[in-house]
Amino acid sequence: MIVEAGHFALVLALAVALVQTAAPFWGARVGDNRLMLMAAPAALSQFLLVLFAFAALIWAFVSSDFSVVNVYENSHSAKPMIYKISGAWGNHEGSMVLWVLILALFGALVAAFGQNLPMRLKANVLSVQGAISLAFLIFIVATSNPFIRLDPAPFEGRGLNPILQDPALAFHPPFLYAGYVGFSLAFSFAVAALIEGRIDAAWARWVRPWTLAAWSFLTVGIAMGSWWAYYELGWGGWWFWDPVENASFMPWLAGTALLHSAIVMEKRDSLKVWTVLLAILTFALSLVGAFLVRSGVLTSVHAFAVDPERGVFILAIMAIFTGGALTLYAWRAPALRAGGVFAPISREGSLILNNLLLTSACGVVFVGTLYPLALEAITGEKISVGAPYFNATFLPLMMPLLLAMPFGAMLAWKRGDLAAASQRLVAAAAVAGVSGLAILATQERGPWLAPIGFALGVWLIGGALSEIASRCRLFEAPFRESVSRFVNLPRASFGAALAHLGVGVAVLGIVGTSAWQVERIAALKPGEQLELNGYKLTFKGVAPSRGPNFEELTGTFELTTGERLITTLLPSKRVYSAPRTQTSEAGILATWGGDVYVVLGDELGGGAYSVRAYFHPLVRFIWIGALIMAFGGVLSLADRRLRVGEPRKGKTARHVVAAA
Amino acid sequence: MTRKQRRLVMIGAGLTLLGASTALVLNAMSESIVFFQSPTDAVTKKLDNRRFRLGGLVEEGSVKRDEGTTVRFAVTDTKSSLPVVYTGLLPDLFREGQGVVAEGKMRPDGVFAADTVLAKHDENYMPPEVAESLKRQGVWRDTGQAPVGKETKQN
Repeated sequence: MIVEAGHFALVLALAVALVQTAAPFWGARVGDNRLMLMAAPAALSQFLLVLFAFAALIWAFVSSDFSVVNVYENSHSAKPMIYKISGAWGNHEGSMVLWVLILALFGALVAAFGQNLPMRLKANVLSVQGAISLAFLIFIVATSNPFIRLDPAPFEGRGLNPILQDPALAFHPPFLYAGYVGFSLAFSFAVAALIEGRIDAAWARWVRPWTLAAWSFLTVGIAMGSWWAYYELGWGGWWFWDPVENASFMPWLAGTALLHSAIVMEKRDSLKVWTVLLAILTFALSLVGAFLVRSGVLTSVHAFAVDPERGVFILAIMAIFTGGALTLYAWRAPALRAGGVFAPISREGSLILNNLLLTSACGVVFVGTLYPLALEAITGEKISVGAPYFNATFLPLMMPLLLAMPFGAMLAWKRGDLAAASQRLVAAAAVAGVSGLAILATQERGPWLAPIGFALGVWLIGGALSEIASRCRLFEAPFRESVSRFVNLPRASFGAALAHLGVGVAVLGIVGTSAWQVERIAALKPGEQLELNGYKLTFKGVAPSRGPNFEELTGTFELTTGERLITTLLPSKRVYSAPRTQTSEAGILATWGGDVYVVLGDELGGGAYSVRAYFHPLVRFIWIGALIMAFGGVLSLADRRLRVGEPRKGKTARHVVAAA
Repeated sequence: MTRKQRRLVMIGAGLTLLGASTALVLNAMSESIVFFQSPTDAVTKKLDNRRFRLGGLVEEGSVKRDEGTTVRFAVTDTKSSLPVVYTGLLPDLFREGQGVVAEGKMRPDGVFAADTVLAKHDENYMPPEVAESLKRQGVWRDTGQAPVGKETKQN
């Protein structure tokens, strides 16, 4: 009964989305206030209906109702509760409902908290947001209905793919979706602005917090996925340039660019046309991601296996929204008034450089991800584009960006002084240079790029600290004044510096683990040992055991340095009963200096097992860096300047801050 | 600086970067892309020293362990079969009779030396390339359902 109610709620949500799309749009066009005012309640009720549908689906999973096809195919009664719940979005149909839920949530948030948005803008934004919901709800109801019943109901479900039964992965999709579905709001705002033909600094003040929130979620979501791949897949890598990873990374790159260009627009009323384009492209890339993952065109480890009909449907959604928005853009963008003038060496100039580099980087990832698909469609030839391509194209574009980042943050708006900025970065440059040279002198192996990369990471961290120091006039003003400046510094400044610092931390981790990773593969019998980066790894033997829904064979490895026992690592091989699948669980010792990572392989005969052991230097810093970045985003969001609504007409942003 | 000049600078910077990234892409494409081949392709075409991906089924009864962690097996599309040698840990779902994708180079003695064997993540999963090349050979059968409980262990 609850399942049918959920199904009904979903269809009802579709009808409400139709109203939300049509009524406010028409109202804004003819100037009918009552029609425009329908937008907010429609958005709220659409959200509540989708929420109910989603809750019904979760209920079906929790109660293991195998008369629902979706539950039968993706759940099992013996599964731990958390994975019964996460199983609801661990499949194509359920994840689409989650997708629409987040879409509706963002619409509802604008409806609820957007009281001081101009009425027409709000009506248009919610109308566009409703149209996106409408398209995806039609998609769900027509091709991917999670509420279809099965008669007779089977006795037991087929189970969730065991590698998805993992805490990090349970929450990876919600974060990821909150990220790239969150960019839909920037898209809706952009399209609404184009419809109105009017855009100003207030628009950017509205768009920026949503983009920032979406970006922070996406950052955490990507980091979780990478962390999961690292410890669960047993290959010891943290990023594979897999098309599905790229699908989430491209919106991140474009979203990062959007975040920065929106600052220019907010503060300087400039780069409007570009910002609107970026807002459209960022969400378009999210749609490309949805298409890649769900159409079955990819050979990927974590693409949903789905039929081509759905792919065509999503392709159509993508074409309509992207094509429509870009057409509107081509038609209306020239009408947008150009903004303030600035010199190339200025904060604006540096943010433009940031945008150019980020969008170029996004472009090369896009080409590398889609070229094989295009080539296959046209010539039938199959190729794979892997890490070597991305290292050769992405890294050269990232290096200047990282180098320029601390300068950009130091430059003044309108006209900056590069010499003065450099002066304030002398300390950071010195520390970075010394650490780079120290690495160069001590590294025995590893690429020539490693000391440079390491120095860049230190440079970013130093640059971020210098930025805060110079904002507090540390060592320039009396210490008391610096302290009071520090206390009164806007949270957004801290947020930005922290996010940049996070990039530096992540760079250190990436360089460390890419350049100095140690890998050993050996056949070990019990009692035999292996040398790994100064550690000794002694194989003690294997023992079978039983988990809630799997049987496992656990290897015991003693990790020692010299004579001292550090820890015992317990990698295992699991065989899950439903579906019958074998997985590897790595044994990991995490330290700040790096991780010892052991995987138990197959039995080789004579009691020997193949064993793969890694030392991943500094790998932890990659995810810590990502979390620092996301935290910087959240801190920025907490800045009151972003929470204050649209300024009164005729006043600039500055006046409002002063008045507030 | 006037608006016009500023615009010129921006367009110039944009075009420079566009050019640079295009150059990077073209350069990387010519060096680092890897083609997919079936065993029949690999046997009939003259594939010199280039890396490629070999996809097909692991031939029944072909998996043999050498000393250490080296393993030999054959990849087949039922028409031709190609011997493969690989040192390292095989993915969890590596099975005889199941789809596999290996990446590496041909050795002069006609053995394919793989440095990567791709993991499948699900018993049902068949790499699309493999499925398609099997379809072309006319040996594709759409089973749909996983062969549940068919657990084979290689010693």
